[in-house]
Amino acid sequence: MKSVTNVIICGTGGQGILLASEVLCAAAAHAGNDVKKSEVHGMAQRGGSVSSHVRFGEKIFSPLVEKGSADLILAMEKMEALRWSPYLAPHGKLVSCDLKINPMTVNAGSAEYPDVDSVIKRENLPVKLVPAVEIAEKLGNLRVVNIVLIGAVSPHLPIDIVNWEKAIEERVPPKALEVNLEAFRKGRELFG
Amino acid sequence: MRKKLNSIEEGSLLLSGNEAVARGAWESGVHFAAAYPGTPSTEILEVIGEEYEEIDAQWAPNEKVGMEVIAGASFGGARVLTAMKHVGLNVAADPLFTLSYIGATGGIVIVSADDPGMHSSQNEQDNRLMGKAAKVVVLEPSNSQEAKDIVGEGLKISEDFDTPVLLRLTTRICHSKSMVKIGPRREVSIKGYVGDIKKRVPIPAHARLMHSRVEKRLEDISAWGSECTLNRIETGDPSLGIITSGISYQYVKEVSPEASVLKIGISNPLPWNLIEKFLSMVERVVFVEENEPYLEENIKARFLIQADGKNIIPIEGELNPEIVRNAVHPGTSKEITYSEIKLPPRPPALCPGCPHRGAFYCLSKLGGSSTGDIGCYTLGMMPPHNALETTVCMGASIGVLNGIEKAVGREGMGKLVAAIGESTFVHSGITGLIDMVYNGNTGTVMIMDNSLTAMTGGQQNPTTGKNLRGEPAPVLDLEKIVAACGVKHIAVVDPHDLKEMERILGEEMERDELSVIITRRPCIMTYRPKKISVAELDSEKCIGCGLCMKLGCPAISWDGEKPEISRLLCWPNCDMCVQVCPVGAISKDMEGLQ
Repeated sequence: MKSVTNVIICGTGGQGILLASEVLCAAAAHAGNDVKKSEVHGMAQRGGSVSSHVRFGEKIFSPLVEKGSADLILAMEKMEALRWSPYLAPHGKLVSCDLKINPMTVNAGSAEYPDVDSVIKRENLPVKLVPAVEIAEKLGNLRVVNIVLIGAVSPHLPIDIVNWEKAIEERVPPKALEVNLEAFRKGRELFG
Repeated sequence: MRKKLNSIEEGSLLLSGNEAVARGAWESGVHFAAAYPGTPSTEILEVIGEEYEEIDAQWAPNEKVGMEVIAGASFGGARVLTAMKHVGLNVAADPLFTLSYIGATGGIVIVSADDPGMHSSQNEQDNRLMGKAAKVVVLEPSNSQEAKDIVGEGLKISEDFDTPVLLRLTTRICHSKSMVKIGPRREVSIKGYVGDIKKRVPIPAHARLMHSRVEKRLEDISAWGSECTLNRIETGDPSLGIITSGISYQYVKEVSPEASVLKIGISNPLPWNLIEKFLSMVERVVFVEENEPYLEENIKARFLIQADGKNIIPIEGELNPEIVRNAVHPGTSKEITYSEIKLPPRPPALCPGCPHRGAFYCLSKLGGSSTGDIGCYTLGMMPPHNALETTVCMGASIGVLNGIEKAVGREGMGKLVAAIGESTFVHSGITGLIDMVYNGNTGTVMIMDNSLTAMTGGQQNPTTGKNLRGEPAPVLDLEKIVAACGVKHIAVVDPHDLKEMERILGEEMERDELSVIITRRPCIMTYRPKKISVAELDSEKCIGCGLCMKLGCPAISWDGEKPEISRLLCWPNCDMCVQVCPVGAISKDMEGLQ
């Protein structure tokens, strides 16, 4: 049995990456693991690239995931999925929100947003695109996109559903609990 | 409802290094804490404010004042803590270096949060060097558990050896989370203030005696440090001995689990006896440390050994497991299945709805630019505004503008103004403005007042009307302060009103006398949207002129011919794009949103 699970959650500032990684860490801790996570705050919040490294297992030293060793990457924006792909392990999975957010470099005309679909084909990346924004919109709350995505990746991680639900209960405000749990279930059904 | 952390007295919690320091302060009976926000240290005081009401805590206007106030509280016999980012310690260096001579009555822990890799800083200074220069104890934890425990150990060292203690964290300690075993608060009594002129007035006659005590203190702590658990040898394969500290220790354990390790927890004064013992146990010695070769230079100079260090480990940037693996065990790096893909960078930008956007849009439109300062508005340097050309340190925008006028005169200065946030102005801009008045400068200073210390995540300051705990506080009147400095021309403008912003900026830049423009509109982080409202583009009316793109709003992108406005990103109470569109192609319902 593999003793450490390595996860990277990435996207852009303001997408709820930190909450998503909090939920993952809490769920992993409830499942009896040692857990570490690492991220960088500050300037990254202003719409820049944001990433959170999460590692859990019997005993964790480094809070950072090494290149070539992520079991799972969860991307909240699809170009960011491409950016982090070198971190994937040979068996790793990459789940991304099917959402494009232009960086300012593209808006300012100094760079071009890549054709993500053709890059995925060319590089043979193991990417699954999830329509999480549409799912959240149907649930009537755009702020649960991150939890839909957590639901979508949950079957790929060695954590029982009770621990996921417990983690969500602890991390979201009571009045938003039901919609978050529903978002998690809708996400989980995608690949469940 | 989540329980406050001061109601939980046992168990394990997943805490960031910053949260752990706050917890450590609470558990070890700290009475008082003061700080100025600075990434990556900010959450320490925030968490104390939110979770631990037993600690009297407050924001200081700058790090120097914070340090002075905790010094006074220590003189009164209270246990104290201050926290700052690495460059904040430069501001507070003056009190620190002499507080080192004076010592601590109540325990003093000073947190310096360094930023290897410069995730959100202007330099990469390694404050172990500052601690050594100030001759204070420097402690380095390697995870959150140690960060919590080391606060209590540091306070005890501070009181036992009569010294301030510098707790050096780095971004990866501050902002990583790991499991922490917690305990209850242990109350410590405040000793009370007793005047002691010989101890606390460092006139030369007293200071010479103080310096002798400091040198003796360093020797004593070094000897004690060889016996205590903060420094330790982890015996392993004797053919490889790694000397390390802080987060680097975790990378070493990850990539060299078999090696012998000397883990340094007290970086100043170094535990010479323990180091000598370790060197005699191992064959090859490698120093694994971020940024400066601090351990390497000190230990090599003392023991004249051959060892690897900065010849294989980079001095620039953050370390990570890959770098340490490649340096210590070349040729063993992990297989990379998917290669790097060349992609456009995603730099940070002013938020949609940010009031600073209006000021920089107008400045850029008028052909002007600025000497800049430290805050969100430093992003005024980015395209499409390109309207900020210098940044040195907190408050420097004003001095730098002043100096440029000295060098090239009013004519040569052209349409350059100083751009400084209200929190930075209070921190250390006021003295610069006094200098401009005193020495007859004629420039324009733009105080960008968004009523929040925003870049660090949104903290209160003396202009916001609230204190650290969100309670009402007196409001510093910027107009009166500026007037009291002797500035005759003061204009206040809402930067979201682009026409008025442009008019005032144009007038003041033309003026031959010193003037101050206060651009006043609250940061979007303080605004709770009353309803969702997004700008709508009528693509029939749009002529594709691209003027709206000159706002540099993240919500507006360009499809090659016309703009697109993102429903996800458009901010409710902002309609700058409506204001700039020359043909009325953008509309937005702003009713009840202001």
